[in-house]
Amino acid sequence: MNRERLYKINAIVLKRADFGEADRLVTVYSLEEGKLRLLAKGVRKPTSRKAGHLELFTHVKLLVAKGKELDIITQAEALEYFPNLREDLLRTGYAHYIAELTDGFMAEQDKNPQVYSLVLESFRRLDKGQEAWPIMRFFELHLLTLAGYRPELFVCVKCREPLKASVNYFSVADGGALCPRCGEGKDGATALSQGALKIMRFFLTRDYEYCQHLRIPHNLGVEVEAILRRYILYRLERPLKSTRFLDKLESGGIYG
Amino acid sequence: MAKLAAPIARLIDEFSRLPGIGPKTASRLTFYLLKVPKEQALALAEAIKELREKTTYCEICFNITDESPCPICRDPERDQSTICVVEDPLDVLALERTGEYKGVYHVLHGAISPVEGIGPEDLRIQELLRRVKGKLIREVILATNPNLEGEATAMYIYQLLKPLGIKVTRLARGLPMGGDLEYADAITLARALEGRREM
Repeated sequence: MNRERLYKINAIVLKRADFGEADRLVTVYSLEEGKLRLLAKGVRKPTSRKAGHLELFTHVKLLVAKGKELDIITQAEALEYFPNLREDLLRTGYAHYIAELTDGFMAEQDKNPQVYSLVLESFRRLDKGQEAWPIMRFFELHLLTLAGYRPELFVCVKCREPLKASVNYFSVADGGALCPRCGEGKDGATALSQGALKIMRFFLTRDYEYCQHLRIPHNLGVEVEAILRRYILYRLERPLKSTRFLDKLESGGIYG
Repeated sequence: MAKLAAPIARLIDEFSRLPGIGPKTASRLTFYLLKVPKEQALALAEAIKELREKTTYCEICFNITDESPCPICRDPERDQSTICVVEDPLDVLALERTGEYKGVYHVLHGAISPVEGIGPEDLRIQELLRRVKGKLIREVILATNPNLEGEATAMYIYQLLKPLGIKVTRLARGLPMGGDLEYADAITLARALEGRREM
């Protein structure tokens, strides 16, 4: 693959780590190339022309030069900053979670424009101040789907019989729902209420515009969130750092 | 292959734990120390020993110092009712270099970063709160870095201090000396415009 020396991408900044004296290693998800790790030189100096454009969660246009090991960002121009997302500690926490999951589930240079728009749209929704719960669950379910881990919620993953309207089970190891006959007493399978199943199906199959307005009873919300969290942790095979912070913020314990 | 003498291998091993030092640099440093006069090598060892044995955190501002309270906190010339909150000891040095600031400091030792799993409880925030409640404080200046983590930390501390009715300020954001207007990001430029001064 003999690409040109310079290439242009549209990207979202997911992660950054200090590198050397004044450089930073920036992880972005780009429309054109998928996840990339790029070197941003000199961005920790106050006079850097790129620094302000490469802050976390910025939607940015980049000119990148092919390097020996790492490609180097030569120009950066921010397209969207999502200022409201930055000014709210809780929303910043959600953005960190979105970035961490995207980084965790996506391999480098595995391009998928749908992932790019999912992340971008989720940031836009958070920035607009829309209710966070539907934004986050929609993101989780669709990122799992795009990563190849769409949970099976229509037929039993064991016997392939369509699920009936009753209490079923969910098994993270099997990646989906089990009917009462297959799930009863199975290791690692937890009860899945009819309401929670319906909500997850709705989020998987409908556009966000419909999901956003769905009225969700508190107990079902808690159930769906817990199931998805367990499934994500199982698939990711490592603990999430942003959730520790988020859980504390959500419970209000952080100001205690 | 001939094996390295144990003391040499041990020092190489210790050097390679330092940030930015790989196995090659570690061996080079080790063999360099074998060649220099003995006094010079021992002076390094002594300096490292002293660094860890004779420094401590200042009990008031948590800066790193050789005696607690630190010289800045003890200085009667400094305004004890103004506290400047910074992330790291190096930020204190940077602010001291300006020669403009006459108040005292509070060092947090980091910033809130969900990605690195650093929460408020890992920082010296409770200590700051106790300090502010204990004495007459007129102003708290939040001088954390102007990036996402620094902003989050500043926001968090502001939420805690707001109910106490203390004046809380944030360092201004604007254009750097030697900078270039056309390359400035929109947020910085907007803040610079907002905070413009009459000449």
